[in-house]
Amino acid sequence: MSKLPLTGSSTVGPFFSIGLLTKDMVHPVLASPETPGEHIRIEGRVLDGDGAPVIDALLEIWQANASGHYNHPAAQTTGTLDPDFSGYGRTGTAKDGSFWFETVKPGAVPFDDNTLQAPHLNLTIFSRGLLNHLATRLYFEDEAATATDPVLQLVPAERRATLVARKDPKATEEGKAVYRFDIIMQGEGETAFFNL
Amino acid sequence: MDIATTFEAIVRGDKEIFPPYLYEAYQSTRRRAPKQPLIETPLTISELTGPGPYLSRVIPEDADLTRNSGTGGEAIGQRIIVTGRVLDEEGNPIPHTLLEVWQANASGRYFHERDQWPGPLDPNFIGMGRCLTNDQGEYRFLTIRPGAYPWKNHYNAWRPAHIHFSLFGPNMLSRLVTQMYFADDPLHNLDPIMSSVPAGKARERLIAAYDHTVTEQEWALGYRWDIVLRGPNATPFENARQETGEGH
Repeated sequence: MSKLPLTGSSTVGPFFSIGLLTKDMVHPVLASPETPGEHIRIEGRVLDGDGAPVIDALLEIWQANASGHYNHPAAQTTGTLDPDFSGYGRTGTAKDGSFWFETVKPGAVPFDDNTLQAPHLNLTIFSRGLLNHLATRLYFEDEAATATDPVLQLVPAERRATLVARKDPKATEEGKAVYRFDIIMQGEGETAFFNL
Repeated sequence: MDIATTFEAIVRGDKEIFPPYLYEAYQSTRRRAPKQPLIETPLTISELTGPGPYLSRVIPEDADLTRNSGTGGEAIGQRIIVTGRVLDEEGNPIPHTLLEVWQANASGRYFHERDQWPGPLDPNFIGMGRCLTNDQGEYRFLTIRPGAYPWKNHYNAWRPAHIHFSLFGPNMLSRLVTQMYFADDPLHNLDPIMSSVPAGKARERLIAAYDHTVTEQEWALGYRWDIVLRGPNATPFENARQETGEGH
């Protein structure tokens, strides 16, 4: 059977918050105090090609739990399911372009039968002016496996640092490590985005 | 990989279907489109999973935008039913997947603090809905037909009437945000956002069809719009696989 043609993409526009960020749809806190793993906070800003804050971006994250298991029915060889941890987060940027998530650091997940990927979050970015969403990954500077991650190796060497979150010297009041990760949509220091 | 990719040519997926990131006529793309080529990546468990299967918290009232404002009142406007199927490229229905929609009211005004043009607000319409597809991949919303509205992209710019759709599907590849339009709208060819879709046939697939079998007597006009989500086979990842030595 011939394939059906796909439905095309379009921008979320400027007013998506009425549909995507109301009531229980804002979800920046992924972990409860009982969630196993290292509890972390991610902070960053979304900036445009002029370095101006993007005040109307939507961010979604998708991650494995601390044992390296995605909350998804696909067959997986690492970790164990934690039914109380979705691995999904969604938030919007504030008037200064900033965003934050609180979660646990994900475990390593497979790349192929023999290789693991370094711990990472999958990020998706939507905004006015983005006719297609952007897909990227957040790696951690203090994970040794980041340097040899097989997907990060596909990014030109001079751009890899754009996908690596920096550990902030300060921690939260509750003792969570804070990682900084800015998303630069265009120009100097442009974040590497994947063709997904 | 084509290292000679130009700014204007940076496209996600099928060039006939997906707009380029930079589309000058739509001014907001100029400072937000990436300039560097997208990185081709093999499909790993991170891309072949996604939050879709987990997201299932909806109540039936969420699919009725004419009565979900919380006021107890009913929205003003032409009552319509928008229904269709969510399919993969093989034509298989995608069951139990979340759809989120948002739209302007009948006068073309969004219930949003940054929409300040003088179209009247309707206190009984917030313009937000959601539902899950059923076992056959079918969704159904009851709403009112949105109005066209002006925007500041260029002189006398008006967006054609549309409903925004957000879908997850089974994995990260199937994530889609798009807009559904209505047939016979003279604003289609004047709209840079619609025109950014390269192929005419791809633009036509964003237009809902009037369907009299969906229309309900003494109640609402019916529109049908099917949505086809990308699967793992849609994009050419073969080069990336070979580069990384991953087997098939």
